[in-house]
Amino acid sequence: MNESTHKETIVFQARGITKVYDMGEVKVRALRGVDMDLYSGELIVLLGPSGSGKSTLLNILGGLDTATTGHVTYREQDITRALDKELTDYRRFHVGFVFQFYNLIPSLTALENVSVVTEIAKNPMDPAEALRLVGLGDRIDHFPAQLSGGEQQRVAIARAVAKNPAVLLCDEPTGALDSATGIIVLQVLERINRELGTATVLITHNADIADMADRVIYLSDGLISRVRRNEHKKSPSELHW
Amino acid sequence: MRTLNRKILRNLWGMKAQVIAIVMVIASGVATFIMSVSTMQSLKLTQATFYTECRFAEVFASLKRAPESLRSRIQEISGINHVETRVSAPLTIDIPDFSDPATGHIISIPDNGQPLLNSLYLRQGRLPEPYRENEIVIGESFAKAHNFKPGATVGAVINGRRKNLTIVGIALSPEHIYQMPPGAVFPDFERYGVMWMRRSPLGTAYDMDGAFNDVTLTLTPGAHINDVIDRIDKLLKPYGGLGAYGRKDQMSHRYLSEEFRQLEQMATIFPVIFLGVAAFLLNVVISRLINIQREEVAALKAFGYRNLDIGLHFVKLVLLIVLAGVLGGIAGGFWFGRWMSTIYMEFYRFPFLKYQLQPQVVVIATLVTATAAIIGTLHSVRKAALLPPAQAMRPESPPAFRVSLPERLGLKHLLSQPTRMIIRNIERKPVKSLLSITGIAFACAIMMVGSFQKDAVDYIVDVQFGLSQREDLSVTFVEPTSRRVLYELQRIEGIEYGEVFRTVPVRLRFGHRSYRTTIQGLESGGDLQRLLNTDLKPILLPSAGIVLTDHLGEMLGVHEGDRLRVEVLEGNQMEFSVPVAALIRQYIGVSAYMDLRALNRLMREGNAISGVYLAVDSRYLHEIFDRLKETPRIAGTEIREKAITNFYETMGETVLIFTFINTLLAGIIAFGVVYNSARIALSERSRELASLRVLGFTKGEISYILLGELSALTLAAIPLGFLVGKGMCAYIAETLKTDLFRIPLILEADTYAFAATVVLISACVSGMLVWRRLSQLDLIAVLKSKE
Repeated sequence: MNESTHKETIVFQARGITKVYDMGEVKVRALRGVDMDLYSGELIVLLGPSGSGKSTLLNILGGLDTATTGHVTYREQDITRALDKELTDYRRFHVGFVFQFYNLIPSLTALENVSVVTEIAKNPMDPAEALRLVGLGDRIDHFPAQLSGGEQQRVAIARAVAKNPAVLLCDEPTGALDSATGIIVLQVLERINRELGTATVLITHNADIADMADRVIYLSDGLISRVRRNEHKKSPSELHW
Repeated sequence: MRTLNRKILRNLWGMKAQVIAIVMVIASGVATFIMSVSTMQSLKLTQATFYTECRFAEVFASLKRAPESLRSRIQEISGINHVETRVSAPLTIDIPDFSDPATGHIISIPDNGQPLLNSLYLRQGRLPEPYRENEIVIGESFAKAHNFKPGATVGAVINGRRKNLTIVGIALSPEHIYQMPPGAVFPDFERYGVMWMRRSPLGTAYDMDGAFNDVTLTLTPGAHINDVIDRIDKLLKPYGGLGAYGRKDQMSHRYLSEEFRQLEQMATIFPVIFLGVAAFLLNVVISRLINIQREEVAALKAFGYRNLDIGLHFVKLVLLIVLAGVLGGIAGGFWFGRWMSTIYMEFYRFPFLKYQLQPQVVVIATLVTATAAIIGTLHSVRKAALLPPAQAMRPESPPAFRVSLPERLGLKHLLSQPTRMIIRNIERKPVKSLLSITGIAFACAIMMVGSFQKDAVDYIVDVQFGLSQREDLSVTFVEPTSRRVLYELQRIEGIEYGEVFRTVPVRLRFGHRSYRTTIQGLESGGDLQRLLNTDLKPILLPSAGIVLTDHLGEMLGVHEGDRLRVEVLEGNQMEFSVPVAALIRQYIGVSAYMDLRALNRLMREGNAISGVYLAVDSRYLHEIFDRLKETPRIAGTEIREKAITNFYETMGETVLIFTFINTLLAGIIAFGVVYNSARIALSERSRELASLRVLGFTKGEISYILLGELSALTLAAIPLGFLVGKGMCAYIAETLKTDLFRIPLILEADTYAFAATVVLISACVSGMLVWRRLSQLDLIAVLKSKE
């Protein structure tokens, strides 16, 4: 599978995605008909204010949640109609997640947090190698509580990429970090996208980050309002906010 | 999965205090089970082994006197394997430096070697020399009570003649594991002894040369015991046969079986309660533990872990806790079981103990505990796993609170804000609050079960010896005697008052049910022996008809007015029928009562009596005993005070030890439940409480919110615990009913108080431990992390 090097290969194709949350007395329409494509090797930023539906979209792409209507195909496989077991396998072998609050397992060391994923993957990296990739080669035996926020997020990234996923889905990966630390994390993501060719979707509400993307998709009120292609991607080190 | 396994160990270590509390609860449950069942099985095995080794007879019969030649006719009855004839005689014993009157029973053994049946298990010394006169073997319990060693001598009166007997051996017999004086309900090792002498000298002393008055036998496999008994009764009737009976009516065996049955009940009830509570607790704790880890579950799912993997992960965690509990329980149960079995062995005078812990018992304990734990786990894991990971990772939406009932009732202005938080929190999660209350209530109930039996025993003694049996002494004669002896006895200085009684061994029949017991003929209007109705008020003995103990009435299925068939098992063996005049309340024994004159009339025997109840001046007790020793034909003397002591000793050694251990374990459970509730409440609410601290609440105020809720739950649980406890006690009282005694449902205020105190102390200690943690809440971490 070396499609990842060909930019024209479609990884995701989403058509007419809607999502309604039933909150008992109120129904919240988080997505109201979204179409989008993701090409291999591409880095996309989903930009929008909070409540615009970007996390919902990401979760549906990643098989963490299901769409109310519409279809998402991943490499020609319709994941909106997949069974729970198929979705699990999909997440297990193809998708890497990075969350805003890292979601590390506090009782495991950095290395073990990565191993948790590599142990069930098909063709993983060496966990220590993944940690070196994110610049944490010297902190592998630290527990989450002994790491700074930026370091924790890098462990989370190492954990996400260590299984050699086809796509990396990052939900506000810098949301809980100060800007200097955030930039370090973005550098890591950019490097992984460039060196490993992993298609990456990155959610943020921070417009400055959008400049590092190949394409920027603007979401508001559950709809895509605009798509912008960056002719000149900036490197994360050129960003500031 | 290796990494996840490491997570398990770290999780366990992280909540070690809680884990220890749960492990202790499981261990207590398992230990009770193992202890009870293994003790039970060991006792039964020991009994069976002892019976086999000593060839315990299967049918027993006494008679007045028959020529030895009758033996071969008994042997001819089909279904009989071995027959042994014996001479057996009552005797009074004169023990140097022991003033109380002692009586006993002397039984012949063949002139050479061991008896064919009921052989003696020699503990010290030897059997008497063949044909040797005046050499005896005595029972071990009697020997121990008086510190007799081989070589000692005792005086005895057999058949009116005084003899000096030399003890040459001390032995145990399967026939006399329980040694009961005639007319007594509990063994008396000091004042009643069994001894054995060679057949020829005993026959001579008791005028039984070439004759016998007792026969024991074993059956061939497949023989019908009732047929054999019928045939024997027919054969022995002309010789004054007193009715043959099987092992189930043999005194020692019957009492042993009753005790074993009682133990068996306890061996079932307590472990079921304990394991049940442990399983319940495990459920509550595990489901909350998984709740706390819901984000981790979501993250693992996001990485592609399957529900099965996650389920297994938690099952492993739970199984480790269960394993620790079960191992601890097995070790504890084994130790307690051995200890208890040793006590029982001593108490019942088994010569050896076959203690065994069968692997099945361990397997059952493990399976029950593990299953209970896993069911709880799977339920919670399923709940966590069913949530789509995206949703699980989002913080739970703020729980929907509403204004609580007391506030709606207009009490709002009376309640402070923290109090309102407490009430709203309890109201919002009614199921969870109810589970906590139930857990604590069960702990309280178990404590009550633990101490209830002591109350009941005190009560039995009060009723039996305070209201009903009020004589200081009772004297039983070897054979029915004339009423004149009462006047003779009343001439002894110190004897103030006496009432006569007649005891007739009978079989009572009603329909197809029958029961072997005695009818006590009492003087109407007597003051020393009073019968009590179900309200414990003394009743006047009706001049006609029979009065039954309520338990006996229940066993026979009779009501007032029914006619009972009475088969007399002595003398002329007559039969008659009498109406049931009343049922009375009695906690000990299963006797029937009749007016003495009415009984004498039915027996057509004038005014024969079997003994007297005496009220005496205690200052003259020694003199009275000395005079009684000189009185021939006394089969037994029961002293009220000693009877009470014996009762306590019997209960103390068996039931109360069991109860003590259970109380100990119940305390552990009470603490385990309360501590876990407190710890879980803390972990669920630490963020909220820390936020309040950040907003300026004092430590005292946030402690009030958390501990106030815990106190409210504990206080609500105690009355519920009283109810549950009373229910459990009632159930135990009902299942422990035996012929020996019935335990009334008596719960004294101090039982309630004790149970409540243990729960409150557990709650306070738990509260203190939690309070210490509250003061260490990390405020910065709360501000920094999300919710």
